Amino acid sequence: MRIPVKAVGAATALLLSTPAFAGWEPAKPVEIVVAAGAGGASDQMARMMQAAIQKNNLMKQPIVVSLKGGASGAEALMYMKSSEGDPNKVLIAYSLIYMLPLSAKIPFNWRELTPVSVVALDQFVLWDNSAGPKTVKEFVAAAKAASAPFKMGGTGSKREDHVLTVFLEQKTGAKFSYLPYKSGGEAATQLVGNHTEANVNNPSENLEVWRAGQVRPLCVFDKERISYTSKVTDTQSWADIPTCKEEGVDVQYLMLRAMFLPGKVTAEQQAFYVDLFHKVTQTAEYKDYMEKQALKPIFLTGKDMVQFLEEDDALNKSLMTEAGFVAK
Amino acid sequence: MEAFGLLLHGFAVLLTWKTLVLMMVGLVLGIFVGVLPGLGGPNGVAILLPLTFTMDPTSAIVMLSCIYWGALFGGAITSILFNIPGEAWSVATTFDGYPMAQKGRAAEALTAAFTSSFIGSLVAVLLITFLAPMISSFALKFGPPEFFAVYLLTFCSFVGLGREAKHKTVISMSLGLLLAGIGMDTVSGNLRMTFGSPELLRGINFLVAVIGLFGISEILLTMEERLALRGHAASISLRVVLSVWKDLPKYWVTLLRSSFIGCWLGITPGGAIAASFMGYNLAKRFAKEPESFGKGRIEGVFAPETAAHASGTSALLPMLALGIPGSGTAAILLGGLMVWGLNPGPLLFVEHKDFVWGLIASMYLGNVVGLVLVLTTVPIFASILRVPFAAVAPMIVVSCAIGAYAIQNAMFDIWLMLGFGVVGYVFKKIGIPLAPFTLALVLGNRAEDAFRLSMIGSGGTLKVFWSNGLVGSITTLAIVLLFWPVIDGLLGRVGWRQRDKLAIKD
Repeated sequence: MRIPVKAVGAATALLLSTPAFAGWEPAKPVEIVVAAGAGGASDQMARMMQAAIQKNNLMKQPIVVSLKGGASGAEALMYMKSSEGDPNKVLIAYSLIYMLPLSAKIPFNWRELTPVSVVALDQFVLWDNSAGPKTVKEFVAAAKAASAPFKMGGTGSKREDHVLTVFLEQKTGAKFSYLPYKSGGEAATQLVGNHTEANVNNPSENLEVWRAGQVRPLCVFDKERISYTSKVTDTQSWADIPTCKEEGVDVQYLMLRAMFLPGKVTAEQQAFYVDLFHKVTQTAEYKDYMEKQALKPIFLTGKDMVQFLEEDDALNKSLMTEAGFVAK
Repeated sequence: MEAFGLLLHGFAVLLTWKTLVLMMVGLVLGIFVGVLPGLGGPNGVAILLPLTFTMDPTSAIVMLSCIYWGALFGGAITSILFNIPGEAWSVATTFDGYPMAQKGRAAEALTAAFTSSFIGSLVAVLLITFLAPMISSFALKFGPPEFFAVYLLTFCSFVGLGREAKHKTVISMSLGLLLAGIGMDTVSGNLRMTFGSPELLRGINFLVAVIGLFGISEILLTMEERLALRGHAASISLRVVLSVWKDLPKYWVTLLRSSFIGCWLGITPGGAIAASFMGYNLAKRFAKEPESFGKGRIEGVFAPETAAHASGTSALLPMLALGIPGSGTAAILLGGLMVWGLNPGPLLFVEHKDFVWGLIASMYLGNVVGLVLVLTTVPIFASILRVPFAAVAPMIVVSCAIGAYAIQNAMFDIWLMLGFGVVGYVFKKIGIPLAPFTLALVLGNRAEDAFRLSMIGSGGTLKVFWSNGLVGSITTLAIVLLFWPVIDGLLGRVGWRQRDKLAIKD
């Protein structure tokens, strides 16, 4: 009998403190499900949220990060799909929710999950070794002139990095040999060691090796430059990286970072998490993290989010189809 | 001697009561976690990680890494007493550790295991201390061809140096490679051999297979042999410890060789598992009477334990210096570092000296304290053995099941574990070695990826495996080891034999 009494007590306490979103609150530890391996961008973000929630007492129950990166993240998707009605699991999703069902025929559709909020957009940057070409133009020329395969590293096959590589080929006329590694961290190290000529890592994945002067950012795949102007290396800030369009290669791609609950949860449960992650985006930990990893701040929920997802899905689908990555 | 000054600074950071208490707590938890089959270092660290969020980074990493050292020590206890490896890297320890326990020399085997663990770690820490900057640039030389060459070397050394019939080793290894192919293929992005089952998406987890193959099959075999108590009691007296230590200098070649293998495989992420097997096989190869291995030889305990610990410890170096985790546990520690706002990478050594050198100092202290702790608490952990087998067996099965479940929170893994238990039982009955199977299961995927990436990068020519001195010499060495029995035979005919200079009794 003790536990229900406690839960009622906790619920009343919440009623008194936050009248707007009272009603439901998790009674069990909450799991943030990461669809990638340890140390990757999703994992880092989940750990940041865990720390932000615990340090700022945003929730009574503890929060744990569970890594389900098996099968290139498909494990996490199937796990969420099979957890229908369980409000104690939140997926931290990225564009794999559109791509994996297309490329590997995973029986998964994000519309079966409950959308909570889009919390950030991640950039892609073209990087080369600091000993390599200094501008996009020189880089493309080098790729065209190369006699041996010109190696482009990336994470996974038929995914964001691979799609970007295909579009780079189409726009520049250069030919790349795409090497799919298991993680962005591995792709970064392999570039530093000169085992690949370039990669299209997210800012967070190459941050440390950039600061150490081992790689050079050539251009960012976005309409506009990254907004953060404080110095990251001795001489450069994120805002100093030109866009690829400025450099004559018109390729753009942004990746969502969004939170989802399993399907068939109640509206109160959904509302609790919308509120929770809204609070998370207000914390110093979140803001600090966004700037450090050069993420684009955004907060979408409800109808706006669904509309965003539908458009993003259509875009990804057309890119995947054009690149020839959709399984028959 | 800049490193020495920095190390002293690290000790200064470390020597506070709070840190020392955390260290002890971490070690005890770690030993406990190491003793339970399947729970193991990575899971233990993962479960306890959130506890450390309120601590400062140095205290947190000290506690977590002490759990890791504790788990490394603890894994040996069940291997020797129960023939159930608590950790994958303790598998090779069972080969001679368990026979020693059967002969009533459990105390000696345990002392040997702990002592060599200590020596292995110590060599690795010394290496980390003085070679950190140099090694991080060496690790960068490893591209796909180099990685493949290292995996090939591990596989070849197994076939060439293993004690079992060659064809059985190859059969076992091939089955392992086949199962390793289940799940997502990173290079093509397609699913393989999942037959539409969502459970098979993630592939076969190595630890689940190991728990079944070794733990469950052992219980099955024991049950067949009329429920006799097969575990062995042990209490370690100071006399036994001293007598083992007195003999240590005799085995310096084995210890040194294993330390070297361990450090090398730890830094070039080959892993503690490969290291322990390679250490064992080489010790056997160079011994005077290789046939006495597997029957309870103390060197058979020294060799894998030293290598496993040297590797487990040195795996932290690429993690700190490059952000590449050399082992599963290192990968989780890496996640922890980021929570505390520390980004692993070459700059960590420059910007967070307190943290890095505090951690390195904790490796020294943690290992010394761990050795003492583990030597004094063996009777407690071994006391499980006074309980009759009929009561212990269900407990072991339950703890195996919990371990298998906890890895991925999947019920399916428990069925898989039981299935592997039966496979292990059959393999033991028909004399097919289990070790090559497990090795192929853990390295198969990575070896395949490395090979295919090398082929994409080279445009499809095998010459890439001899394209520079480093990869060329590793590949050549691998092929030499594969055909070692033939080469050894030829050399033997002209009257030359490589011999270990040491005379070994027993």
